[in-house]
Amino acid sequence: MTQTSDYNFAYLDEQTKRMIRRAILKGLAIPGYQVPFASREMPMPYGWGTGGVQVSAAVLRPEDTFKVIDQGADDTTNAVSIRTFFERTAGIETTTTTGDATVIQTRHRIPEEPLSEGQILVYQVPIPEPLRFLEPRESETRKMHSLEEYGLMHVKLYEDISRHGHIATSYAYPVKVEGRYVMDPSPIPKFDNPKLGDMAAIQLFGAGREQRIYALPPYTNAVSLDFEDHPFEASKADHPCGLCGAEDSYLDEVIIDDDGTRMYVCSDTDYCEGRRAAGFVGAMAQAGDGEILTTQRELEITA
Amino acid sequence: MSPLLSVQNITKYYGSHIGCKDVSFDLYPGEVMGIVGESGSGKSTLLNCMAGHLDPDAGEVLFDTRTDGPRDTITMSEPERRMLSRTDWAFVHQHARDGLRMGVSAGGNVGERLMAVGARNYGDIRTKATDWLERVEIDADRVDDRPITFSGGMQQRLQIARNLVTGPRLVFMDEPTGGLDVSVQARLLDLLRGLVRDMGLSAIIVTHDLAVVRLLADRLMVMKDGHVVEAGLTDQVLDDPQHAYSQLLVSSVLQV
Ligand SMILES: [Zn+2]
Repeated sequence: MTQTSDYNFAYLDEQTKRMIRRAILKGLAIPGYQVPFASREMPMPYGWGTGGVQVSAAVLRPEDTFKVIDQGADDTTNAVSIRTFFERTAGIETTTTTGDATVIQTRHRIPEEPLSEGQILVYQVPIPEPLRFLEPRESETRKMHSLEEYGLMHVKLYEDISRHGHIATSYAYPVKVEGRYVMDPSPIPKFDNPKLGDMAAIQLFGAGREQRIYALPPYTNAVSLDFEDHPFEASKADHPCGLCGAEDSYLDEVIIDDDGTRMYVCSDTDYCEGRRAAGFVGAMAQAGDGEILTTQRELEITA
Repeated sequence: MSPLLSVQNITKYYGSHIGCKDVSFDLYPGEVMGIVGESGSGKSTLLNCMAGHLDPDAGEVLFDTRTDGPRDTITMSEPERRMLSRTDWAFVHQHARDGLRMGVSAGGNVGERLMAVGARNYGDIRTKATDWLERVEIDADRVDDRPITFSGGMQQRLQIARNLVTGPRLVFMDEPTGGLDVSVQARLLDLLRGLVRDMGLSAIIVTHDLAVVRLLADRLMVMKDGHVVEAGLTDQVLDDPQHAYSQLLVSSVLQV
């Protein structure tokens, strides 16, 4: 696709991109710290990842290859519309292959395939403040971060255990970054938490409505909070993927027919397709019907 | 013995209006000081200045810290003061909802101070929280209930447990029995008296209720228009008040 002349490269004007880049650099310098930035109106509603889109716009170069995933899938409406947005406004190459992408914008997942140096992972963040749940006052949460008063995070986990018998928080599970700032990793499943730490790629987090950017530079330490007697567990459904047989990937449970038959499939569609292309076959995959199942799966998730 | 708290010339103005002026006293370990007066007498202003909630215009509040001996808590850094206020200090508010997290279970409320100072064993935290609920006469099986389901008296007892769980050395109390029914007040007073005696608590209690200080306070200060007009042993002041205002107060002529 070619870039139309109506927009500056990647939609935002250069001054705005510089402002966002300064926030990103500050975020990289203070890992896990929420940097305020002047979020711009984007031609899409909040909740569609306007924070992530602005961060992507600020880091994209003409030579970049861009990938967008939504809950692990490249083909949801949200992912397609953001990908199309940058194809049109930046004229850049796009891909669905994790390894080929230089910038990956994501909502709710970290790709299964380990990322490498030189890649940037941009997260869409709805609520950047991990303390918000128990302390609604912004002035107070800011003070708590600056004074490292994080007892409240454990109160939240305590409440979880007292109510459910275990830490039931399964998304947006808080991490402590380099022993300093407690950070909300956006609503990724806690299965993905171990990938946050020591990642080779740069991780950038953008919250549009809340006007915050934060970051993890490569190889940053990020530890999931827990109790000694209720240690953190990166749990997932205890099944192999029905399509590719993977036992190490995060799975979605989907209904595949009118009788309510369920199966578990990789949430990372690129990972699953890559494995099937390499000849791995799951218990529920018949040769040739993988495409049909994928389409039904998407309907299920979008619903 | 050196004082636990030494208050020197605390003065606070609201514009040109005097909040409290030149208040000085020493509080020794294990001692309970009562501060009485009408509303507007400056007793709450004084309490909030001592507890670090208000910035006084002049004066010092020297607290005998565990590690460094007497330190002026007014000039110490905010992180130090906040650390103090969740370890060695406690503050019991008149309204329990100001001192509790209403959306958090009773156990979480009591456990918060423990977690704030680094407790990371769920079982231990829960055991301590349950013990404390029982010490303030709340059934252990209410540990997972939110305070919103508690009566006013229970909420106030929960606030006390939440404050005392870390074994603070100094407790500030602002009208701890205010707003409660008389029978509920009596039970709370009994409980407080037991805790003060058993734990050897040092406390400063601000109240308009002379029955509260009669029962809990070793010493008493009477405040009027921002000044301390009389101070002494509680029984002395209540049985033989010297200042004309104290006499009025004790004779219940004043509706305070
Ligand atoms: Zn798969």
